[in-house]
Amino acid sequence: MRPLLTRAWRETVTDMWLAGPATLAMLVLIFIPVGIVAILSVTDYQFGARSFRWVGVDNYVTLFTDPIGRRALVNTLIYVAVVIPFSMGLALAVALGLHRLAAWWPWLSSLLRAAYFLPVAATLVAMAIAWQMLLHPNIGLVNSTLAAIGLPGRDWLSDRGLVLYTLAAIGIWQTVGYNMVLFLAGLSAIPQHLYDAAAVDGADRGWDRFWTVTWPMLGPTTLFVAVITATNAFQVFETVATLTRGGPAFASDTLVYALYREGFVYFKAGYASAITMVFFVVVVVLTLLQFRVLERRVHYR
Amino acid sequence: MRPGAVIGRAAAVTLLLLGAAVILLPFLWMLSLSLKPADEIFTPGVDLLPSRLEWSNYVRAFSEVDLARYLLNGVIVCAGILVFQILFAVPCAYALAQRRFKARTFVFGLVLAGLLVPFHVTAIPIFLGLAQLKLLNTYTALIVPFVASVFGIFLFRQYFAQLPADLFEAARVDGLSETAIVWRIAFPLAFPAATAFAIFSVTAHWNDLFWPLIVTSDPSLATPPRGIVYFRDEEAGDDLGPLMAGAAVITAPLIIGFLLAQRKFTQGIAFGGLQG
Repeated sequence: MRPLLTRAWRETVTDMWLAGPATLAMLVLIFIPVGIVAILSVTDYQFGARSFRWVGVDNYVTLFTDPIGRRALVNTLIYVAVVIPFSMGLALAVALGLHRLAAWWPWLSSLLRAAYFLPVAATLVAMAIAWQMLLHPNIGLVNSTLAAIGLPGRDWLSDRGLVLYTLAAIGIWQTVGYNMVLFLAGLSAIPQHLYDAAAVDGADRGWDRFWTVTWPMLGPTTLFVAVITATNAFQVFETVATLTRGGPAFASDTLVYALYREGFVYFKAGYASAITMVFFVVVVVLTLLQFRVLERRVHYR
Repeated sequence: MRPGAVIGRAAAVTLLLLGAAVILLPFLWMLSLSLKPADEIFTPGVDLLPSRLEWSNYVRAFSEVDLARYLLNGVIVCAGILVFQILFAVPCAYALAQRRFKARTFVFGLVLAGLLVPFHVTAIPIFLGLAQLKLLNTYTALIVPFVASVFGIFLFRQYFAQLPADLFEAARVDGLSETAIVWRIAFPLAFPAATAFAIFSVTAHWNDLFWPLIVTSDPSLATPPRGIVYFRDEEAGDDLGPLMAGAAVITAPLIIGFLLAQRKFTQGIAFGGLQG
């Protein structure tokens, strides 16, 4: 029996050697921090302070009632609400176009696909600075073009009413290519015989084909793209940090930027943790939704 | 073909080309400004093409800020993160897929639960921990928080689970240790998964601004996005050409990588997006 015991013991050591480091790293870098954030969110702890007080749900109340906290929440929701329909609508249109184009002009189709995907691969911070120059009030191409056709220029990034929509436009520009790729995958999975059958029933032209076959078959993909776009848009940070720092007057403040500012500029760890928890809850709900949809999409095929 | 169909095709191609032009516009404007002489940048107008190519903007981008340093930091941080992610993820994924042990369900549960946690959520405690350990403003602070990639473990586990158990059994019979099986048999077989993961990881960390902004204040540790923001904040508005040259330089590696390996890139990034 002794060798057997030794063998079992050796197997256990091997398992720990293989899976142990990653497990430990997950606990230390993910799960314990999540617990600490949850605890910090009910304190008034500040980075560097020697002590803290328990403040219950005060931080959450502040986030939802303070005008600045509310501003960040509302702005994030507006941003997501603008990005989703435009990014998805444009991506679907481009995907449909490129899918058809691929049938009779394949290389142009793949060339254009690469062009649309380019912003996804590019460094967003650098591209945000390029956008800043495009949108520059005096020397930017956008205002110069408007001036050339006799329209007044705008302060795209410093007009309080406009800035959030400018950032949303950049967000749309950046995500169209990604959603296009997902839609193209969905389109290529639609079997040709469905179109043939629809043609027999008289649906053999553009919109008829689209509404009887393409759109219903794309349903699961569309849902999936919507959730993933929402999840990503909800985490908007780079463009805000690079272009506006949440300004002017918090007009473009968003949840993740507020988390960064309160936590790492003002060092209010407790309050920033409450922002983190609210952000976390929304992301978890969206991600679970994404898993659910993904599962359904697999079954659907 | 019916004339209607020809017009339809022409209209579709025109719209697709116009859309692509809008998408490419920031890239073209960046390149255009990076090659324009200063006086032309400040002439309001819609000229995309410079009258002459001002290559010195690129030279000045490297001399006015330490652009080479930012690029090197980007390489060090991305390579460091990727190497440790793989060192941690691959053995764990192999154990989860091809070995039976008591804690397996627990560990895989951690992986699945970890997929729900965006990095932003753990930022405050990790910052506190690094501050306690006096590790702020070090490469360690830029690399260590990312070494446990649940996405990596998940991806490799799915891949290893598809491989036949006989394959590994045969290797055991041949006397190979489990560690040797992981690195000499399983990992080379998972090359497609590894490429997709590498592209995802490097893209995410080369482009990240959030974490470098938090843990580094020392410009000599700036990663490319952090560095270009330093450059933008420092220049007083008269160095737009070099600034755009710098932006073009830090964007170039990933763009070139993408153009050379489009399929792999699209796959890698599309995979990663699933994690949010």
